[in-house]
Amino acid sequence: MARRIGVFVCHCGVNIAGVVDVERVAEEIKKHPNVVFATTYQYMCSDPGQNLIRQKIEEENLDAVVIAACSPAMHEETFRNVCKDYFNPYRCEMANIREQCSWVHDGKEATEKAIKIVKATVEKLKENEDLLPILVPVEKRCLVIGGGIAGIQAALDIADAGYEVILVEKEPSIGGRMAQLSETFPTLDCSQCILTPKMVALSRHPKVKLYAYSEILDISGYVGNFTVKILKKPRYVDEDKCTVCGDCEKVCPVIVPNEFEMGRKPRKAIYIPFPQAVPSTYTLDREACLGLAPLTCAQCKDACEAGAIDYDMQPKIVEEKVGAIIVATGYNLYDKNKLVEYGYGEDDDIITSLEFERMLSASGPTQGKIIKPSTGEVPKKIVFIQCAGSRDRQHMPYCSSICCMYTAKHALLYKHHVPDGEAYVFYIDIRATGKGYEEFIARVMEEERINYIRGKVAKIYREGNKLIVCGVDTLTGRRIEIKADLVVLAMAIVGKEETKEIAKLLKVAIDEGGFLKESHPKLKPVEALSRGIYFAGCCQSPKDIPSAVAQASAAASKVLALFAKDRLEKDPLVAVIDEEHCSGCGVCISVCPYGAMTWQNGKAKCIEALCEGCGTCAAACPSNNIEMRNFKDEQIEKMVEVVI
Amino acid sequence: MEGKKMKNVKKKIAMYWGAGCGGCDVSLLGIHEKLLDLLDEIEIVFWPCAMDIKYEDLEKMEDKSIDIAFYNGAIRTEENEEIAKLLRKKAKLMVAYGSCAIEGCVIGLANLYNKKEIFEAVYLKNETTKEKILPSRDLPEFLPYLKTLDQVVKVDAFIPGCPPPKPVLEEALDALLQGKTKFGKEVALCEECPRKDTKPEKIEISKFYRWHEKEDNGECFLAQGIICMGPATRAGCKGECISANIPCTGCMGALPRVRDQGAAMLSAIASLLDVEDEKEDEVIDSIKDIIGTFYKYSTAKLLPRGGMKDES
Repeated sequence: MARRIGVFVCHCGVNIAGVVDVERVAEEIKKHPNVVFATTYQYMCSDPGQNLIRQKIEEENLDAVVIAACSPAMHEETFRNVCKDYFNPYRCEMANIREQCSWVHDGKEATEKAIKIVKATVEKLKENEDLLPILVPVEKRCLVIGGGIAGIQAALDIADAGYEVILVEKEPSIGGRMAQLSETFPTLDCSQCILTPKMVALSRHPKVKLYAYSEILDISGYVGNFTVKILKKPRYVDEDKCTVCGDCEKVCPVIVPNEFEMGRKPRKAIYIPFPQAVPSTYTLDREACLGLAPLTCAQCKDACEAGAIDYDMQPKIVEEKVGAIIVATGYNLYDKNKLVEYGYGEDDDIITSLEFERMLSASGPTQGKIIKPSTGEVPKKIVFIQCAGSRDRQHMPYCSSICCMYTAKHALLYKHHVPDGEAYVFYIDIRATGKGYEEFIARVMEEERINYIRGKVAKIYREGNKLIVCGVDTLTGRRIEIKADLVVLAMAIVGKEETKEIAKLLKVAIDEGGFLKESHPKLKPVEALSRGIYFAGCCQSPKDIPSAVAQASAAASKVLALFAKDRLEKDPLVAVIDEEHCSGCGVCISVCPYGAMTWQNGKAKCIEALCEGCGTCAAACPSNNIEMRNFKDEQIEKMVEVVI
Repeated sequence: MEGKKMKNVKKKIAMYWGAGCGGCDVSLLGIHEKLLDLLDEIEIVFWPCAMDIKYEDLEKMEDKSIDIAFYNGAIRTEENEEIAKLLRKKAKLMVAYGSCAIEGCVIGLANLYNKKEIFEAVYLKNETTKEKILPSRDLPEFLPYLKTLDQVVKVDAFIPGCPPPKPVLEEALDALLQGKTKFGKEVALCEECPRKDTKPEKIEISKFYRWHEKEDNGECFLAQGIICMGPATRAGCKGECISANIPCTGCMGALPRVRDQGAAMLSAIASLLDVEDEKEDEVIDSIKDIIGTFYKYSTAKLLPRGGMKDES
């Protein structure tokens, strides 16, 4: 128990001292029992500030310190590291007189409150126990969920560093959305051309175990020690035997819409989503197939010279142990049927941006020709509508981030395909914040003579062969009516339904757009609240390819940092259950947001490696049988006593 | 040697019925044959409910001549208080018997109202009361608020329950006769709940039901959305009510580390809610009679001066 406590009050420039009389805080706290020293300093976190603490610990023979400064989320680690050389780091506590005082109060009361906060922290500190970090072993393998560009990049980075990666992709091939794109802004290089080398690299990497056409069934465990259950859906085609000759496809009598082509092109029941698919193999769609029975139809099997087709293939469940998980499940477009103002998107000639991408692609449904789907004619007038579903309180309130850029690209490519055509773009603002983006927009606007109209489209309706697009040019205030052949909606980007399932398994929160919530919006943008789980790409927020790739590498570097040690050190401020007096009511197990509470012999047990010390269980336990280390009831009571 | 000698001397026992329903007196008989065994060891010297004895007889007894005095019921009248003090004087061990004596129980809910309001409700505004007469003469004074036994005298041991269930009582009597004042379980009812095995992995409550609104499916009440005080209530009764498809109402009182049983359960219930933020108030408001549900037994203990605003 601390007997000689020193208090160090930080000015934080004017952040604290501009509001709180820091000198008086130091004077007052000196009178408090067991406080033997108190002083103030300009910036306690600076090197001289830290040295002051060191010097006074020695001179005054302090056995514990309180730093009255900012939030412990900022500098607790800084100051505990200072104290570590002298005593147990848990003898160092921070009193938050900035975020919880000077930033939110003014006047005399602010100083009074600061004094109380410091006194309460001193009282807590007195009862602190000396603690040692909890050590957790690490399984040095990483699971990547999703084989889009983000997942591929993260997997390659980790595998290149020498660690094994398990990549799980739900679709028959990796590649994700990027494989569907035609050209990429602002450089207009072919999306597939820059993506496929990475796909190949991944498939050939000795450290990568690829589970394509597979789904995550269950994830349990905690940082360093996750157990993942993966369902390998049957392809009914042996990946190793398939030579991708295409004979099976030719004879297959079943025709269904191709998902990869956004349903704008047919495929057979046995298919390969696109020529460069990885793994390079055909897949037999069980739903579409006439019955997987040779009696009804066995044309593909008969046609396959390699003998790769096996109707008796069964789903397989495999279990993998991993130490870290990167979620890179990507995005979907907002449902265009929800857009009342654009005719629920039911008209054939109102298409989404991704459908337009496929139209532009040389391997797409029209072999790169831009057409009006209803007639097959070349559209002479095309209208692009940005923020379709984004920045709209009726739909998704946020900005989908990439639509300004790809719409400019779409308009430019249209002009290249149809030089005598007219292109209109309806926009709210142009957001072009990436490298070379503004220049790209300027080029499109000026050189390509695209009509940019600042305003929203209120209504689209059909009149004969044309779509009438009604809007307002908000810069001139004039109403505008355009007789268009084709309308392209830059649909809002939303999180995937499947991501929600994964989030549930991982106990990660999801925001209103369906995106995964990061631990800190600025300082921990690729990390989940629970340790060992990271995000990459559009499952976290809408972003362009460079950002998705950068985030993937960031997530990979976090995983590598995790794998750099054999054992993880974990803050020992966890929940402690008095098992003898636990009735097994299950309340703590039900409320723990980290899944750290589990059943053991009819009683609750805390898995310390998973516990983040939030205290929800301690507050909820109706037997008051759970205590947080260094936040015991007696400590809280003493804190309250000095405050009131 | 000493032990053997002690065995021959029968322990002198007293039992008093304060402000209560009488269930506690009956519960002592509810231990059945055990009572006959007990009579070999004890001598009942004062039990107004079961024998003909007057207060003056009690007054005449020597101080500390009674080995164990059981006091059931709360302190509602001057008479209750007087006898509590007298018994304390005459007894070596003073035992609060049952929930009324310990924490006020159902009748303690009267502490939410002042004496005037109580009298009006009972003697004047009650529909079945034909002659509206307020009691006045020759009756012990009705105290301004209800007290628990330990608010009046020092209490050595507590036998919880409304009334104390058989297994609790048997253990308590055995312990007390051996001179032990600490007994009973220090774990919540869930531990011995007959429905323990039906508890789901996770309890989530999206709607509250009262127990008569649901057909008995034999599952954990909380998992069904029926408020059961079991998780916040001391075990010992073996869940007799639960076996009869009635959720625990908490008569055994709070766990040793809990000061406020109602708050402990409310906190747990609030944590188990699985509704959108905007709907939380609506769902919480659907709980009928918050005090009667969560503070059925402990109101008087937690409101020692009752709902006294206009009297002192």
